[in-house]
Amino acid sequence: MQLKQQKKISQALTAATCSLLGMNSTDSLAEEGDWTFDSAILYYSEVDRVTAVEPVITAKRDFGEEKALNLKFVFDTLSGASANGATPSDQPQTFTRPSGKGRYTASAEETPLDDTFRDNRFALSSQWEQPINQDYRTGFGVNFSTEYDYSSLSANANLSRDFNKRNTTLNAGLSLAYDTISPEGDIPIGLSSMAVDRGQADYRDEFNASRGESEDNKDTVDLILGLTQVIDRKTIMQASYSYSDVSGYLTDPFKIVSVEGDDGRPVEYRYEQRPDSRGKHSLYWQAKHEFESDILDLSYRYFWDDWGITSHTVDLRYRWMLDSRQYLEPHIRYYDQTEADFYRRFFIQGEALPDHVSADYRLGDMSALTIGIKYGMELQNQQQLSLRLEYYLQTNDNTESVIPGILNDMELYPDVEAIILQLSYKF
Amino acid sequence: MSVKLFLAALPVVLLQAGCTNLGVEPWERGRLANPEMQLMSDPISAGLDDHIYFSKEASSGGRGFAGGGCGCN
Repeated sequence: MQLKQQKKISQALTAATCSLLGMNSTDSLAEEGDWTFDSAILYYSEVDRVTAVEPVITAKRDFGEEKALNLKFVFDTLSGASANGATPSDQPQTFTRPSGKGRYTASAEETPLDDTFRDNRFALSSQWEQPINQDYRTGFGVNFSTEYDYSSLSANANLSRDFNKRNTTLNAGLSLAYDTISPEGDIPIGLSSMAVDRGQADYRDEFNASRGESEDNKDTVDLILGLTQVIDRKTIMQASYSYSDVSGYLTDPFKIVSVEGDDGRPVEYRYEQRPDSRGKHSLYWQAKHEFESDILDLSYRYFWDDWGITSHTVDLRYRWMLDSRQYLEPHIRYYDQTEADFYRRFFIQGEALPDHVSADYRLGDMSALTIGIKYGMELQNQQQLSLRLEYYLQTNDNTESVIPGILNDMELYPDVEAIILQLSYKF
Repeated sequence: MSVKLFLAALPVVLLQAGCTNLGVEPWERGRLANPEMQLMSDPISAGLDDHIYFSKEASSGGRGFAGGGCGCN
């Protein structure tokens, strides 16, 4: 009964996928079991801030001879509040909404959060892979995503070559992306002062003077070179280098930086301004080893860019088999980054503003820890079910040499805590 | 030695080392062929994690392309 129902779901999804692709599902279903599906729903929630719910489904059709088509649909819905970059103060603070219509406030001693943050995002990707001959394989893909004020289009290609009885594989990949941002209320002019409506007659003129174009773009070129090596019957390893060149509008239009008086109280807020290009590099290493039946998965990434950020990421998972069908997988991830050259928590009135400024905590000196556990079980007919629960804690460190007046009593670097819950079902 | 030169030389050195000492015969691949022994054994979770960390931290990329395709706040 259960199997029959399962088959129905699988067939219905196949038909839906095919009609989306303009394919005839009866042709595609020539051989039963050609399509496999993998699905998940993620719930991500930060304490007092962002909450996201993200369902994902992937469909893979195996055409035999190592040819396969992969499709992925992601929908995510976000709501909640995001830190706007301003410092807390001992008095309530008022900010202008990105649209210029209306205001939001932060209570005394509270980290200013923009609570208008709400968005839905839909992403679709497809990837085709096939061998060229006995040693070479290739793949091509396109991705598209859209949300209220942002859209992204990208294409990628990769080529891999096997050596040494397929124990060694070299891989090279290229991806090009074109993103467009069109924020509500247009793009703020970097470093301009935020106009706040306090009933003044010319507020609208003040606001318009702080606005530029209605949209801007970002181009990304990604390159990746990788090496995979089988070590022995139970161990496999990979090392890769990747480079990403991003140019265009890299600023966050919703972020500001406080300019403080000598007493530490804000005098004005300036819109942040980031450089218009960024070169990012990563060295990544991963190894997997199987013990009797348990599996250890360890990876490390060293990242550096021309904004002055360097980071280390260590990720460790251990799949502990409870019996032949069930496992528990503890997970720990540690991340540590240095701040961007232009990151400042605040400015003091009279200080010259540099060309580039951001108070976005994500560009500051920080470390983060993720601790989690996943429970997985194999059901009948190769179906798999898993549930993971993780806790994420981000801690930011102070790098300002002078902290004026009342800011000494404020929490300038609050921790960010989040819960990650994910249910996955493979069928 | 510059980082670039090191990076260029690394695959060649590893490749040669790999060719001589490492690896298995095709009939010894039983365990390595299991889905859970693939380097990317859970691509959906990896994708979701990449999305979370891309929007919360300043680093991205490494195991795949760095582009996020989102205006994450």
